[in-house]
Amino acid sequence: MNDAAMLWNVIAAFIIGLAYVSAFVFVGGLLLRLALYLKTPVPLKIVQTPGPKNVPGVFARLVGDVVIFPSLFKADKALWLGAWIFHVCLFFILLRHTRYFLYPVPGLVIDWQTLSVYAGFFFAVPALYLLWRRLAMSRVLYISGLPDYLTLILLIAIAATGMLMHYYARVYLVDVKAFTLGLITLAPVAPPQHPIFLAHFLLVCALLIWFPTSKLMHAGGIFFSPTRAQVDNVLYPRYVNPWNDEVQVD
Amino acid sequence: MTEKWTDFPATALTWEKRNDTLRIPVPELDEGIAAAVTCYPSKAKDMQAIALPTERVPDWQHRAIRKLQQLLERYRALRVYLDICVQCGACSDKCQFYLGTGDPNNMPVARANLLRKVYRYYHRPLEKILGGEAEAFNERVLHEWYTYFYQCSECRRCSVFCPYGIDTAEITMAAREIMAEIGVATKYVTEVVAKVYERGNNLGIPGPAWIDNCQFLEEELKNETGKDIRLPVDEVGAEVLLVMPSADNFANTDTMMAYAKLFYALGISWTTSTYCNEGGNFGLFLNYRNLKKVNKRILDAARALKVKRVIWGECGHAWRAGIYTNTLNGPMDFLDPPHPVHICQFTAEMIKRGALKIDKTANDDHIVTYHDPCNAARAGSLLEEPREMIRATCNKFVEMPANTIREKTFCCGAGGGLLTDELMPVRMAGGKPRAEACRSTGATYLATPCAICKAQLPEVMKHWKVNVKVGGVHDLLSRALIL
Repeated sequence: MNDAAMLWNVIAAFIIGLAYVSAFVFVGGLLLRLALYLKTPVPLKIVQTPGPKNVPGVFARLVGDVVIFPSLFKADKALWLGAWIFHVCLFFILLRHTRYFLYPVPGLVIDWQTLSVYAGFFFAVPALYLLWRRLAMSRVLYISGLPDYLTLILLIAIAATGMLMHYYARVYLVDVKAFTLGLITLAPVAPPQHPIFLAHFLLVCALLIWFPTSKLMHAGGIFFSPTRAQVDNVLYPRYVNPWNDEVQVD
Repeated sequence: MTEKWTDFPATALTWEKRNDTLRIPVPELDEGIAAAVTCYPSKAKDMQAIALPTERVPDWQHRAIRKLQQLLERYRALRVYLDICVQCGACSDKCQFYLGTGDPNNMPVARANLLRKVYRYYHRPLEKILGGEAEAFNERVLHEWYTYFYQCSECRRCSVFCPYGIDTAEITMAAREIMAEIGVATKYVTEVVAKVYERGNNLGIPGPAWIDNCQFLEEELKNETGKDIRLPVDEVGAEVLLVMPSADNFANTDTMMAYAKLFYALGISWTTSTYCNEGGNFGLFLNYRNLKKVNKRILDAARALKVKRVIWGECGHAWRAGIYTNTLNGPMDFLDPPHPVHICQFTAEMIKRGALKIDKTANDDHIVTYHDPCNAARAGSLLEEPREMIRATCNKFVEMPANTIREKTFCCGAGGGLLTDELMPVRMAGGKPRAEACRSTGATYLATPCAICKAQLPEVMKHWKVNVKVGGVHDLLSRALIL
């Protein structure tokens, strides 16, 4: 075996190792975080009123919040449009990527293939808008920190490398699929020797590791937001705070 | 600060109404412009009376960090909200204190970041490494907290516009609880809580003076109506214990007399209590222990007087704390359901049942508009009942612009323990949105069921030259009620 091949074997092993580590950090970190939210009590009923009067109502409010961002619509129409398109694009991109991990590929994914490719291409528009407003609007600039920029830049870089592979430096899909299916069947094989694919993949690993310890937790955290995920029935029945008795008053 | 001050430049912006929307001018950032407006620090005797350290404890940094840890374990809202804010800025132009001052730390997200950066420092290593703003809990941070967490009225307006419902009030409450733990609190809030323990009410009115006031109001009612309308005190066995803001017996006496007329007309026996003649709960602005302890007095009084129901009077904070009574000191099953009850719910129900005779023309001299107290609307589900009451008692009712009422209501600018003179510049700036919304209606009477609003809004309206009388919702009923 020559030096180059040896080096490639090391790199491949590193990438495979990183893939497992980042998947583990993502899934484990996400579940731990959500479990922590679930475990933490809600001492007082702080539902934002007027709110839904029953559980199906709360469910509907949360689904609405996740799918169409009504509060953001009330707050800022331009931001709402940008953020909504941003998330819809993300949805289609993620949907399309299931083809690399599922065999056979579900019909829906194939049917929406073209739409999903457009979503990937168009993703740049809302993403750059969100980045632009961080820099151009003084109030948003004031609150933006390095992680806010890095998260957006990371997503933009992932999308850019993805689109490069689709339109320009095409990667041999059979190799990609062999690699990804190898990963999920715990029989890993070396990734394709394609620099843009490798960059794309490493950036995704970084995103997965970043996810549970960052603001990206808004994705699961919203279901644990007490102002939204509670029934507006504070008066009846009696709501119990599990640690109320620990606070002694004479 | 209380003598003379120059208004914040932000308040010079032009407001106008188009269709049913108040166009809200958003000021440019003016960093630190409100930094000099801070509350007077607490006095040792008050701190002692409410079981807090009389001065800043020696190991304050350590204790504050430990308290933060405890609160993170106790409050899901705090944990989740510190984590998930994406810093989108949707809330940044929604707070009346930012709109009024232009100080960026009064943007809800930036206010929360004052705590979030400390959380990040001790609890979020990766974000810290990647350059997220992180700072140890130090003297400078404590000063920022003391300033800006006492320029927040905990009104929750930001949470309505947040895509995740992040409630800055929860963050503010946590920061204040941490500060209280290390002996840092404001004179106004601690004094009020101490007065409740000493005298039974926020204003510190002694029992005999309370009884005197009630007798005086009975005479007033006699002169006005010719009838013997009573304001009973400490009457064991009455049906209803009324816990109103003590200000009703002292400043907002029209509201107090309105309660008396209401119960008289209905033939329901009622009483106030000199042990607990206060609905307002300033423990809410300080820490859980005092919230619970102040609240407990209500049920203790109810038991002692053997009443069947407790009804909360026209007070926003009272109601926000009142709805927690069952959780804090319940169960309330020794009382008749439903409980707790707000006086507006009670009266609206009585009007619906046709139990009251009303002459609406008695209020024809006023164009009436309604200010939703932040606590009533966004925390207490009290949106329809006051409006039903006004529609039933007035012919001329106009709403303020749609983006300033109901769950989008602007705080009066003095809730959350800010109704103190040294904060006057911030209070007037924070009251500007409400003043402009009111101006746009041409109303001559601004009705609101909250003692804090009733104390703050006349000053605000005078300051911004809006010619309107501020009063209670029951005051309108009082004028229209046929006895």
